Amino acid sequence: MLLHIRRSILASLAFLVLCGLAYPLVETGIAQAAFPYQANGSLRPNGSTLIGQRFSGPDWFHGRPGAYNPMASGPTNLGPRSAVLERHVAARIAQWRRLGVRPTSGLVTSSGSGLDPDISPRSAYAQVGMVARARKIPPVALRRLVASEVHGRQLGFLGSPYVNVLQLNEAVARLVSSHAYSRS
Amino acid sequence: MGFAITLVALLVALALAWRFLGSYLVAVYDGRVRWLSFLEKPLYRVLGVDPTVEQTWPRYTAALLVFSAVAILITYGLLRLQGHLPLNPQHLPGVSPALAWNTSVSFVTNTNWQNYAGETTMSYLSQMSALTVQMFVSASVGLAIAVALIRGFSRRESSTIGNFWVDLTRGVIYVLMPIAAVFTVLFVAQGAIQTLAGPAHIHDALNGARQVIPRGPVASQEVIKQLGTNGGGFFNANGAHPFENPTGLTNILSVLLLLAIPVALTYVFGRMVGSVRQGLAVLSAMALLFGAWLAFTTTAEMGRNPAVAAAGLPHQPSGNMEGKETRFGAASSALYNIASTQTSTGSVDSANDSYTPIGGMGLLTGMMLGEVSPGGVGSGLYTILLFAIIAVFIGGLMVGRTPEYLGKKIQSREVKLAALGVLVMPIVVVVMTGIAVAVPAGRSAIENHGPHGFTEILYAFTSQANNNGSAFAGLSANTPFYNIAGGIAMLLGRFAVMIPVLALAGTLAAKGIVPASAGTFRTDTPLFIGLLVGVILIVGGLTFFPAVALGPIAEQLAHGRFYP
Repeated sequence: MLLHIRRSILASLAFLVLCGLAYPLVETGIAQAAFPYQANGSLRPNGSTLIGQRFSGPDWFHGRPGAYNPMASGPTNLGPRSAVLERHVAARIAQWRRLGVRPTSGLVTSSGSGLDPDISPRSAYAQVGMVARARKIPPVALRRLVASEVHGRQLGFLGSPYVNVLQLNEAVARLVSSHAYSRS
Repeated sequence: MGFAITLVALLVALALAWRFLGSYLVAVYDGRVRWLSFLEKPLYRVLGVDPTVEQTWPRYTAALLVFSAVAILITYGLLRLQGHLPLNPQHLPGVSPALAWNTSVSFVTNTNWQNYAGETTMSYLSQMSALTVQMFVSASVGLAIAVALIRGFSRRESSTIGNFWVDLTRGVIYVLMPIAAVFTVLFVAQGAIQTLAGPAHIHDALNGARQVIPRGPVASQEVIKQLGTNGGGFFNANGAHPFENPTGLTNILSVLLLLAIPVALTYVFGRMVGSVRQGLAVLSAMALLFGAWLAFTTTAEMGRNPAVAAAGLPHQPSGNMEGKETRFGAASSALYNIASTQTSTGSVDSANDSYTPIGGMGLLTGMMLGEVSPGGVGSGLYTILLFAIIAVFIGGLMVGRTPEYLGKKIQSREVKLAALGVLVMPIVVVVMTGIAVAVPAGRSAIENHGPHGFTEILYAFTSQANNNGSAFAGLSANTPFYNIAGGIAMLLGRFAVMIPVLALAGTLAAKGIVPASAGTFRTDTPLFIGLLVGVILIVGGLTFFPAVALGPIAEQLAHGRFYP
């Protein structure tokens, strides 16, 4: 028994050093050397392309509903027959209608992380009219912009196509400042 | 179409893992793999273990139990003391006693039930040195027990079943660490983070948004979380968090990591008992169950969410997107969560609680079958072998012969041990759910009312007793009642099954092997696969149908009714 206890303590300490310090620290070193941009959170001046932000008002494309607080990640956990979920979704649909948008299901449901940085291409196209009116940009130019921001399925088959909201809005800002659309 | 190709690619990768990871595992546990002996040998010297000396089953079991108890104590201590330890850039205080108990039991039993949000509770040191360590060790323990049981079948008249310390060490050093090391780099290349820097502060010039983004050594934990079928996420959002699971590729690699070892173990089983066909039979039973549950839940999630439909959006061509991430979509999300619930992992890339009633029922009932399709690392194989013994016993009763499995006579002691191992989980789930719905401390934690609230409690104990760890998370379970009751459920679900399995390994190893005769009931045929699947379904169905009827089935049938 004593022998088991002694071995258990020694083995636990050995694995603590091996798996709990050496492994993660060596991996951190490799990651920081080989992929510093990804390893630190894909950060750009306006934020992380992987962590969604709250955009509101008709000037910007919006992401999925939610508070986008990275310190409190996670879903709403509202069940499929929750009256609360029904009420929330109904309110979001009404809000989108006021902005002149016919919402998709992605635009009225919360994501799994609460930080979803992306929307579906359909959700982006649905908002083109709203942004075009607010910024007085021809919808054709915006539609072309959205099309250029669509990420297809990875390797052609993995996951779903998406548009990154931060990248799309950065592209909108560039378009506005360059006035490229006025020539089209 | 994209999803169909995803499934084909996954199948091809799993077939390769079955064959090649399988034969590598055989070599590891035979002691023929030595490329990391510079780590392995000094470890044995420190422990004072002679790797050539084997243990009887009681000694093997004693080593397992003492080691696990010490692991719980050390993990508990690290969590309680984290406020005084380094690598804590957010200056988080020590974890409360009840939560530290629940969490340390949870990670040592390979459950990874989490009554906390990682980003606001755990320091980097706790994540790495308390939790990640147990992800390796508990998975290696599961592997060791499975290999010990296989040795019981493959040996004749042997008094020993292996050496616990050697099996434990080899699993960590030769299997889990190398694979995790490679995949961590892949995950980082895709966007998973791996840093010791503290939170990032963001100020977006476009919308004026300010954010504080928590960071940490995430990828190294994410990969072993999947490979060891642990499931404990660095962040509260688990595999839905873009820093844990950034792309469609990491999502499918996560699924592959989950399934790789449990699937490969059926090859190990076949090879070690001298007939790969025996392993294929077990794998076929696993695959039939997995395929059925996957089809069921994926179809349900590609349908619509009733609450969203009732709110005025009946047309949902992307499926049920509440609680799901855009980059994965509904189908791949369902694949991830089914793979995770059926491997006793419990990681999620979408919110279980927001699945459609039928989709959620798929997740719940998949666990209720006892985590055998293909089940957790090691635990899946040893649990399905318990069912196989019962299936052989029933087959023997039908033809009136003393049953044999792989040349071992299955007698009263073996059947009793197998039945004991199989019945622990249902008893724990049913009794504890009953207690929780009977006492105010249990009922007050539910966040969704009506049948969904009952499902949340049933799910919590099913998940913990199966060492799964996934949650129908609308249950505020960080209370003394759920922390303590959950800890007990996890301990029973792990060790009250492992002990009969090791006893079985001991008695089987001591028996001789009878040569197969014309009257032997063959266990590598479709007939046996059907019988095995039937036994699993009947045991799970008889035990849980009433409870499932009160939860998801009632919810599905409640047309047009919504609950506060």
